[in-house]
Amino acid sequence: MSRPCEFRDLGRMGYEAAYALQRELVSRRKAGEIPDQLLFVEHPPVITMGRNAREANILFSREALFASGVEVHETDRGGDVTYHGPGQIVGYPIFDLREWKRDVGAYLRAVEQVIIEAIGEFGYEGERVPGATGVWVGPAKVAAIGVHLSRWVSSHGFALNVETNLDHFKFIVPCGLNKPVTSLRALGCSASVEGVKESLLAAFSEVFEIEIPQPATMSRLA
Amino acid sequence: MTDVVMPQMGESIVEGTLTKWLKKVGDKVERDEPLFEISTDKVDSEIPSPAAGTLSEVLVQEGATVSINTVVARIGEAGAAAAAPAATPAPAPEQTSTPAPPATPPPAPKPTPAPAQGEAPAPPSPEVLPPESAYSGGGEGEAAGPLSPLVRKMARENNVDLKLVRGTGAGGRITKYDVEQYLASQGSGARPAETPAPPPPPTLPPEERRQPAPPPPARGEAPKARVEAMSTMRRKIAEHMIFSKQTSAHVTTVHKVDMTKVAKLRAKIKDEFAAHYGFGLTFLPFIMRATADALRSFPIVNASIDGTNIIYHGEINVGIAVALDGGNGLIVPVIKQADEKNVVGLQRAIVDLAARARSKQLKPDEVQGGTFSITNFGSFGSIFATPVINQPQVAILGIGAVEKVPVVVEGDAIAIRSQAQLALTFDHRLIDGALADQFCQKVKAVLEGWSEAVL
Repeated sequence: MSRPCEFRDLGRMGYEAAYALQRELVSRRKAGEIPDQLLFVEHPPVITMGRNAREANILFSREALFASGVEVHETDRGGDVTYHGPGQIVGYPIFDLREWKRDVGAYLRAVEQVIIEAIGEFGYEGERVPGATGVWVGPAKVAAIGVHLSRWVSSHGFALNVETNLDHFKFIVPCGLNKPVTSLRALGCSASVEGVKESLLAAFSEVFEIEIPQPATMSRLA
Repeated sequence: MTDVVMPQMGESIVEGTLTKWLKKVGDKVERDEPLFEISTDKVDSEIPSPAAGTLSEVLVQEGATVSINTVVARIGEAGAAAAAPAATPAPAPEQTSTPAPPATPPPAPKPTPAPAQGEAPAPPSPEVLPPESAYSGGGEGEAAGPLSPLVRKMARENNVDLKLVRGTGAGGRITKYDVEQYLASQGSGARPAETPAPPPPPTLPPEERRQPAPPPPARGEAPKARVEAMSTMRRKIAEHMIFSKQTSAHVTTVHKVDMTKVAKLRAKIKDEFAAHYGFGLTFLPFIMRATADALRSFPIVNASIDGTNIIYHGEINVGIAVALDGGNGLIVPVIKQADEKNVVGLQRAIVDLAARARSKQLKPDEVQGGTFSITNFGSFGSIFATPVINQPQVAILGIGAVEKVPVVVEGDAIAIRSQAQLALTFDHRLIDGALADQFCQKVKAVLEGWSEAVL
């Protein structure tokens, strides 16, 4: 039987606001008040530092970044430094993994699988690189993953570059790796952000065996 | 004693890094309370305590990576808390209350949807989180799910018999909300102070509501306009400009300055200068040098207003407005103590700051502390403009393009001169027009009388 999951597309939302919402949902999920949640969001330009982030992987001063419209936030997800910005689909699954597999490795692989299947629909072959969590197309990373667990309830998640301004990755050493970053658009894919969201949702349902009710997306109503 | 081990986080995970202890030795912990944090690959996890008691021993320090099932700490019996510092006044009551009895299914009445709260004619804004009643878990026949620590805690604190609480959570599970509803229904019987109001449905922060959504373009035709959110920098510039216009009484005065002497000097030495110093020589450092002189003579132009006080700045720190590539905003790095630098030093500072402003490598203190600003719109071909004051400063000098013009000179002859128009915008609250013009005349005098020997 599929487990229920509530989905919300937050549209464009600031990192801080989305972070607060995540925390709220995590605590309600832990209290058993709500079923699993899946959030999609696009952030204004922001650099986030995971728990293991090294300041050296941000290449510019915060003022310089601020001057170019990029904020910097510290967060409690795993992983190093990453960038979020318009044209990038950020997914925050708030899943109680005890009701799934109770296995963080399997969870990371499943999130990768979701992205691989979603971009597969557009004809791109996403790959895993052992020891480098994320989804890669050829030599470049198209999606980054970083997760926080609190009593097996997940937060944070993945960031898939659809038509992200890749110039902004020059501000950082993404995930501390000196590997190139790419986007579906840079790979020659003309899919829209909305289109990719749809295939991501379908892939989520399948990979995690969850049932996502017809979403009342904000973007559709707005 | 209960051993706390590095947990098994998944089949493929053989070790974890202990990143943070959330409790210290001697601290009391509840069962399921977060005790430490670990990091594995891309996942950070909070690990709850396996037992209630006192953290008596920490065996693995922060930063260490250990394999799973390694004992990282020990938790003593709750009774051992007595051995800890005299902070515990009374015997811990939870000693007696063993964890809530295995939850039996509540004698569920018909599973009606949760009343009132969810049914208020709430505006169906999509931005409001769905009320809890919106989710009805399946599996009616199942036993109520495991009780959450929060529910157990609330029940314990409020002496609630959980058998009497109807669960509306997933699978009939009792939630915090259910307990709150139950307490509310018990009225003043429960400790009033503890009767929690049902939480308002959380809404998104207001600024997020204002986010305009781009109008969807009609199918098949090109959109007539494009809507795009301002960058942070653009927002800041917009705020600053309006703030400045609302703060200061802007007046601009324009003076023509004969730059012939400076132009000749520059023409004569610029090749040698570039070869020697590795950067070109422009008019800007001459004007900045003259301005610094004038600021020394007229300290009120190098001041700020604070309420009804005037702050005369001890240092002359001159900001130069730098346009970022492609009209993508501007930034005003500051040359500190500009009055102590000669033309070469000023030119070097200008080149350095402008280059680093464009490559976004300025340090924070390099854009702070300005006491006066210069904007060189002449470099874009403008003859003169009326710049906006960079708050909290009280004046800004705009430099028009230096160009050769015919002028009437002594003896009513017409001569060709290099001329620039300098526009000073000043805050008329503090600076009178006559003083502003004297200031400009001082700048003009220094530039027109430039002594060749001085660089």
